[in-house]
Amino acid sequence: MVDHGFIGVRAKLIEVAAFLDRVERHRVADDFRCAALREAAEVLVDGRAERARRILERLSDPTTTPDEKTSGKAALGAWQPPAPLAKKKR
Amino acid sequence: MRYIEPHGHMVSRTTDDYQAMVTAGCVAVCEPAFWAGFDRGSVDGFRDYYRQLTEYEPARAAKFLLPHFCWLCLNPKESEDLGLAREVLALIPEFLTRPNVLGIGEIGLNRNTRNEMTVLERHIELAVRHDQLILVHTPHLEDKLKGTNLILDLLSSHRGVKPARVIIDHVEEHTIQRVLDRGFWAGITLYPDSKSSPPRAVDMLEICGRERIWLNSACDWGVSDPLAVPKTALEMRRRGHSADFVDAVLYRNPHRFLSQCPKFRVGAAGQE
Repeated sequence: MVDHGFIGVRAKLIEVAAFLDRVERHRVADDFRCAALREAAEVLVDGRAERARRILERLSDPTTTPDEKTSGKAALGAWQPPAPLAKKKR
Repeated sequence: MRYIEPHGHMVSRTTDDYQAMVTAGCVAVCEPAFWAGFDRGSVDGFRDYYRQLTEYEPARAAKFLLPHFCWLCLNPKESEDLGLAREVLALIPEFLTRPNVLGIGEIGLNRNTRNEMTVLERHIELAVRHDQLILVHTPHLEDKLKGTNLILDLLSSHRGVKPARVIIDHVEEHTIQRVLDRGFWAGITLYPDSKSSPPRAVDMLEICGRERIWLNSACDWGVSDPLAVPKTALEMRRRGHSADFVDAVLYRNPHRFLSQCPKFRVGAAGQE
């Protein structure tokens, strides 16, 4: 399993590292998606199982009620709190 | 090897794809109604689409000796216009008796809005009223977990819904177990960049078991691979899973679910 999977996963990990370097170099690292990616990446080395499930959960909308309006057709890959919530969180 | 492609948007694909799928062992393809990439402007646009799914596409597939089935609905991406949704849902019953229609799908949620929930509820009522199988699309990316929970609660609250006749599609590691725990079927979609990869799909099968699960490519007009299902068979064999395991997941499971619709007559469900 390691023989078959290692090289491909190694390449993906380097892509993650290069992406995080790239967004810093281009000064867009404070985008909420980049922040979510950095936070999710912590799961990789916390020594606990079910990493895939936990990363998916960290990137998910944690609210539980339907939204009143759509914010567009496409999801963005990470949850962005609505503005008032974001301000309160800070 | 034999397999069923239970979710492929073939109107978006070329005849080369039909040829490749049949060559790889595909014995049936099922096509849920889908968003066209743009919002259709009127109910007549949907009528034309349903004719394409029930008349033209099965004829195109038949040229490659491939039985073609479909599911009908208004896709959740077009659920914000409640007036149009009402007109489209009124149109669907006249197509339900067509010989290749398996049920209502892919219904569900896209951005988890109130209007989408309203249209989903109407679709569920339509399916129950006409005793149809249900195929559910779960939202993308950060919306999937919340959307799956909303969908499961809505389905479970409807007395007429039988979980064994409902498949919840596009599950991932954070949603698969809660779908299975409620008695529904779960679909794992194999995409190059999102949803699941073949290795992750096999991980889920190893962790959750192979009961009430099917795999699909959901190939459409976007980045997708119509051969993703047979390629996942290779991943299973590499890990030491038997040919019987592959046949159970790729053929017997979808055959068992789809055969609940008497119009789905494809081969035999037994072990080879």
